[in-house]
Amino acid sequence: MNTQTSAAAVAVAGVAAAVPGLALENVTCTFRAAAGKGGYTAVKDVNLTVGAGEFVSVVGPTGCGKSTLLNVSAGLLEPSSGTVKVFGEPLVGMNRHAGYMFQAESLMPWRTALDNVIVGLEFRGVARNEAVARGQDWLQRVGLGSHGHRYPHQMSGGMRKRAALAQTLIMDPKIILMDEPFSALDIQTRQLMENELLDIWSADRKSVLFITHDLEEAISLSDRVIVLSAGPGTHPIGEFAIDLPRPRDVSEVRLTPEFVRLHDEIWHTMKEEVLKGYVQSQQK
Amino acid sequence: MSRANKNRRGIADLPSAVLQIPIVCSLIGLWYGLTETDILPKFFFGEPFKVFGVLWHWFTSGEIFPHLGVTLVETVLAFVVGAVLGLVIGLWLALNPTASRLADPYIKAANAMPRVVLAPIFAVWFGLGIWSKVALGVTLVFFIVFFNVYQGIREVSPVLLANARVLGANARQLLRTVYLPSATSWVFSSLHTSVGMAFVGAVVGEYLGSARGVGYLILQAEGVFDINTVFAGMLVLTAFALVLDQAVGVVEKRLLVWRPTHGETEKL
Ligand SMILES: Nc1ncnc2c1ncn2[C@@H]1O[C@H](COP(=O)(O)OP(=O)(O)OP(=O)(O)O)[C@@H](O)[C@H]1O
Ligand SMILES: [Mg+2]
Repeated sequence: MNTQTSAAAVAVAGVAAAVPGLALENVTCTFRAAAGKGGYTAVKDVNLTVGAGEFVSVVGPTGCGKSTLLNVSAGLLEPSSGTVKVFGEPLVGMNRHAGYMFQAESLMPWRTALDNVIVGLEFRGVARNEAVARGQDWLQRVGLGSHGHRYPHQMSGGMRKRAALAQTLIMDPKIILMDEPFSALDIQTRQLMENELLDIWSADRKSVLFITHDLEEAISLSDRVIVLSAGPGTHPIGEFAIDLPRPRDVSEVRLTPEFVRLHDEIWHTMKEEVLKGYVQSQQK
Repeated sequence: MSRANKNRRGIADLPSAVLQIPIVCSLIGLWYGLTETDILPKFFFGEPFKVFGVLWHWFTSGEIFPHLGVTLVETVLAFVVGAVLGLVIGLWLALNPTASRLADPYIKAANAMPRVVLAPIFAVWFGLGIWSKVALGVTLVFFIVFFNVYQGIREVSPVLLANARVLGANARQLLRTVYLPSATSWVFSSLHTSVGMAFVGAVVGEYLGSARGVGYLILQAEGVFDINTVFAGMLVLTAFALVLDQAVGVVEKRLLVWRPTHGETEKL
């Protein structure tokens, strides 16, 4: 692995934490082929850590295995080999510390926005009126304060994403996994949500593993950006510490020369892989 | 369409009732004409005014209501029992691949069998009261609901399930918040068909042997070759089925508010 910045240096630069919140160790995922023998190795020998309280973004070409890595981290998918450690403990079954915001639609169509937001509290056995109060508060924070009564089909794609965000964050997870959460939003709303996310994150430093296609978004939010190679056999090919000062405003930070330099540097590594990924996705 | 040829007011622009009423009237007129002139024998085809006379008598004297009530009770019971059984067994088999593999041929065979042949057996088992009719209706409703629920559960979005599990749902909560709502929505989407089947079961059951119900009235009339009463009974059944279908439509609308329907914008 030709990491630009070693993981050790990052740990020193970042929050002082001995045990990472999330660590993937030599994770390989091979999907069984639909017909008989063979299979597709989506990710191979991936080592990836998210320190406690660290914000890590993963960028990579489409179809390379980003969602697969998140599914492994959430405990939804068992890796073919390798281990996942959550605060130092090997993960068995579901990851109880993680909240996961999916790439695909994940709201229950038969529940209103409010009922969707509080469903996790319901599972936990929180009393209904307390759950509703907290749900209202979260709807407010994602800008859906007056839309709690709507069913998913009565909301726009962006509103559904915001409801899903509230649904994940209301559980107060220690590790937040996010799969392209804001790609459905317009640029203004998106920056609002990004700032909101940074606020929430800096209030009580959770470990965030954030997936995006958008390099600017990755840089402006993260402590560290990881670049993945194109599939098959995806693995990290670059790791960049983002030492822009915090607190950041996502729209302002983009104008700083330091940002532009980082962007150029990372894009240089990514460019080839993006082209490879595109060619491969056409061949498949 | 109608806006494009606004000044060429065609027959299609008239309210449908304006067209439908004359059609009914002329059909009755035709019926009356053909039977009055004995082109069609009255003995087999009845006489429209006598049929209306029977209807008038039934409703003014109130004689029909106990029979309608019995048929309604049988229909409702057949629907409820059939739907609950279909829902529970559909859920169970859909969530148990092994059980489902074992049960598969039997379910297919049972569904392929013409259910009417069971009516005499049910009459022996449950007597001539309402329960033999309910049983027949249940065998019809069950399979519709069962297949819908089974298919519906198999097609529950995996993302929805994964999301619920990440949010901390245990197996029971998963059943209650994801599988069950999903399954019930499939029950409701087949509501019209299954209520219709419950009704068919009740009437056919009555017709094959009973002491009460609209089917029984028809059976009685047929026994004495009173063709006008048979026709009157048919009309009552038809009207009743339409009312039932309307009621189901109202219930459906209430229960499936979360379902996307196209064109929900309001006209200004
Ligand atoms: N269940 C599965 N069975 C077989 N192949 C799969 C399965 N899930 C994913 N794959 C394959 O693994 C690869 C990685 O998929 P993944 O969804 O992780 O990509 P991604 O990086 O999230 O892409 P995108 O950026 O487009 O969301 C893809 O080539 C995909 O076809
Ligand atoms: Mg993905």
